[in-house]
Amino acid sequence: MKYLCLIYETESIYATMSEQDLGTMMAEYNAFTQDIKTGGQYVAGEALKPVQTATTIRIRNGKLSVTDGPFAETKEQLGGFYMIEAPDLTDALRIAGRIPAAKTGSIEVRPIQVFN
Amino acid sequence: MPDPAQEGAEGIQGTLDFVYRSESRRVLATLVRLLGDIDLAEEGLHDAFAAALERWPRDGVPANPRAWLVSAGRFGAIDKIRRRARFDALSAELADRIEAEASEEPDAPPEGLEDDRLRLVFTCCHPALQPDAQVALTLREVCGLTTEEIAAAFLVSPTTVAQRIVRAKAKIRQARIPYQVPSLRELPDRLDNVLHVVYLVFNEGYLAAQGDLLTRSDLSAEAIRLGNLLSDLLPEPEVLGLLALMLFQESRRGTRTTPEGDLVLLADQDRKLWDREMIRRGRELVDRAFASRRIGSYTLQAAIAALHAEAPTHEATNWAEIAGLYEILRRADPSPVVELNRAVALSMRDGPLVGLDLVDAILERGDLLDYQLAHSTRADFCRRLGRREEAEASYLRALDLVRSGPQRRFLERRLLELDPPDHRPAT
Repeated sequence: MKYLCLIYETESIYATMSEQDLGTMMAEYNAFTQDIKTGGQYVAGEALKPVQTATTIRIRNGKLSVTDGPFAETKEQLGGFYMIEAPDLTDALRIAGRIPAAKTGSIEVRPIQVFN
Repeated sequence: MPDPAQEGAEGIQGTLDFVYRSESRRVLATLVRLLGDIDLAEEGLHDAFAAALERWPRDGVPANPRAWLVSAGRFGAIDKIRRRARFDALSAELADRIEAEASEEPDAPPEGLEDDRLRLVFTCCHPALQPDAQVALTLREVCGLTTEEIAAAFLVSPTTVAQRIVRAKAKIRQARIPYQVPSLRELPDRLDNVLHVVYLVFNEGYLAAQGDLLTRSDLSAEAIRLGNLLSDLLPEPEVLGLLALMLFQESRRGTRTTPEGDLVLLADQDRKLWDREMIRRGRELVDRAFASRRIGSYTLQAAIAALHAEAPTHEATNWAEIAGLYEILRRADPSPVVELNRAVALSMRDGPLVGLDLVDAILERGDLLDYQLAHSTRADFCRRLGRREEAEASYLRALDLVRSGPQRRFLERRLLELDPPDHRPAT
């Protein structure tokens, strides 16, 4: 079964992190990604540009509205995602728990709906 | 342009100032297209004028200053990226690409230059940017106002304006907002947004929402300049309608305030002093917009403004036709403010009681409760009907909401002029 792991964290912390800490974090991400690729659990994963680059659209009464900013202003922002393959939620949560951002932010794990 | 043959260093300075005023925005717009980045283009523009200051006194003013400046700005920017490229591979790629494009197309085609300004307008007014940022960015990049000038016009700090602009530019770059005139399919919506930005700028100049100066004519003039630019480049009916509307409003500017800065109502303005040339141009534009048979809300508002502008006196205004146009406008673009204006026109045709009933209906629905003009209009209807206490209550409510000095003084004067109460103490 596929699960989407949404990575929420306070973006501003990156501005205050030292080069060395940033390097350590990147190494952790690379190791994690490599690890789940080897284990056959990796489906996809990307990091997102900062939330200031977000644009939200809605169509109401046939009229498209485009606004600057994310769907909702929140303390933590969606910063990236992994799509993983796991037999059940327990396993998915175990994998998600190894995403480096779990230590500083939050990971929302959502099963992918399959339409028959 | 002055004759380059007969000038010394001072003459060159004069020529440069002239070229800067007339060409710098066009050059910037073309550089944005060529370099693909507003910040790089601004640096390029700066380099180009620095180079002109150095070389024109020595080599003479080039035959085509605009093309010279575009080329100098482009190569200045390539140099800068090259220097950065020593540290970063991405910049090296960028410099290669821009340089390759530059050698393919050594001089930008002159007919493309005006389109560049239109592209820049659509980029600055992209709906994915914050509305405040759209206004600031348009004034900065298209009109060439400084951050300080924009801050002073909108009564916010220069830091706030600078942050808005920096954020907007970062979003344009990072989210890749394209630098192009939208396709025909998207054009109506996107043009609406551009016109809205121009209208916001004009309104801010026309009726300062805060502060003591009733009109900030610089902003109105910038908005009209933008309107002229758009009507030259993209003469859609609503573009013409908006420009006409702005010209009609602007034609009365000198008569809307006393020398002391107090507000003068339409009924009391000296019509002889209205700018006839602006009114003539406005009429021409309204007629052109109507002839298209695609009539939008700016055109309708301009048609209403035209009837006011062309009426010989306030009393002789065609109020019935104005009320009729407001009714069409209300159906095309429903808004309580339009209903309020229609109520005023109908009160001039059918008496203040008709107007009062309409305003009360709007307020009872819960609309416009915090809109100062709704309460001052209601007060005026009550005053004309001799309902002193109701008028006083509405003037006081309007005074609670008013933010500009001249409007406040006007309401205070009206309040004082109300007939004294009937229950005067017997003597």
